[in-house]
Amino acid sequence: MLDKNGIAKRIAKEVKDGYYVNLGIGIPTLVANFVRDDIEVEFQSENGVLGMGPFPFEGDEDADVINAGKQTITTLPGASFFDSATSFSMIRGQHVDLTILGAMEVAENGDIANWKIPGKMVKGMGGAMDLVASAENIIVAMMHTNRAGDSKLLKSCTLPLTGVGCVKKIVTNLAVIEVTAEGFKLLERAPGVSVEEIQKATEGHLIIEGEIPEMAI
Amino acid sequence: MINKKVANVTEAIQGVRDNMTFMFGGFGLSGIPENAIAELVKLNVKGLTCISNNAGVDDFGLGLLLQQKQIKKMISSYVGENDEFERQMLSGELEVELIPQGTLAERARAAQAGFPAFYTPAGYGTEVAEGKETREFNGKMYVLEHAFKADFGFIKAWKGDAAGNLVFKGTARNFNPNMCGAANITVAEVEELVPVGELDPNQIHIPGIFVQRIFEGAHYEKRIEQRTVRQRS
Repeated sequence: MLDKNGIAKRIAKEVKDGYYVNLGIGIPTLVANFVRDDIEVEFQSENGVLGMGPFPFEGDEDADVINAGKQTITTLPGASFFDSATSFSMIRGQHVDLTILGAMEVAENGDIANWKIPGKMVKGMGGAMDLVASAENIIVAMMHTNRAGDSKLLKSCTLPLTGVGCVKKIVTNLAVIEVTAEGFKLLERAPGVSVEEIQKATEGHLIIEGEIPEMAI
Repeated sequence: MINKKVANVTEAIQGVRDNMTFMFGGFGLSGIPENAIAELVKLNVKGLTCISNNAGVDDFGLGLLLQQKQIKKMISSYVGENDEFERQMLSGELEVELIPQGTLAERARAAQAGFPAFYTPAGYGTEVAEGKETREFNGKMYVLEHAFKADFGFIKAWKGDAAGNLVFKGTARNFNPNMCGAANITVAEVEELVPVGELDPNQIHIPGIFVQRIFEGAHYEKRIEQRTVRQRS
């Protein structure tokens, strides 16, 4: 079974040379730590920066240079700042190659819910609805089950949707899964996790074809 | 040169009244019009509709207007980090319209650019699209969203001049340029008001035509919400 860093490490392998990547808050943010350093990748943050670098050294924080999680950041050579409409032109106009975000629920048809729990948590969708409605390549990073132990990979979402039929791939603490027209297709198992365990933790239709390899991380 | 300079914040927000609709630049606490917000708190105008990506935190930003119950309705994309906001929303005192962040930016830009409405894929198939016109283009579904209408837009820039030209800094730029000229009156506050002619015309982010009033703000706190650092090795 993977921890959050393990999930991020596996997703980092999906990041290819020349990609512009938008990382959501939480596990997705960790992905930046594991991208190979022999490829060129630029991270976009929807509040208005392309070419995000690591956190600043203590004492170098600048209130005017933050990411979408409101964290102080730095920029790398070649970086740019821009307004919010331009930022979402990059996103809606499909100039961003890969979007990695978290989710509360994903359905076997690719629907995603990650912004609202009626009566409990209403913080808002931020840029998530724009991202999932537009991106061609969306990877969801999440735990396979919620705190109560219930599956987050469902036949259909129970929470208010963020987007419809948009998720292509899911990387969890247990597995790598592709969303296909027929349902969740199991691609890889996390180290030490059996197909049976993944099946048990997946409420939606899980397609298991042949031998399922263990993830190479 | 058409002079947009006003003496201070008091003069800059002349004309604000109860029940008006305001737009505020800023993302989180970055690039928010601190001086205009402080003055609105002082004036205690009520029944406001506020268009802003976020709602500040409990004791800063738009949170200050919330504390005094000056806001009737918030139009935002993300409103976490604010207990008083949550309390007023759950008790029904505060009306809240949550919209996608890119839609918020584009509704401002549409108002600035003279477009009454536009189609976006964001929110299609979700509760955000309920009751809205939808349409298919090239096999994909889109939602019709309308330009904002507001009485005042409160903008924060880094540098500006009396002609109303603005230059922004870092990610404090965010919604500020998109909201310039999107309301009936755009009030820009800047950290530094420089002599006309000092800003390079090639480097101006927002031309003065989109700004009605400009002043140099005082005492920017520029509070950091999440101070994240790495250790020097």
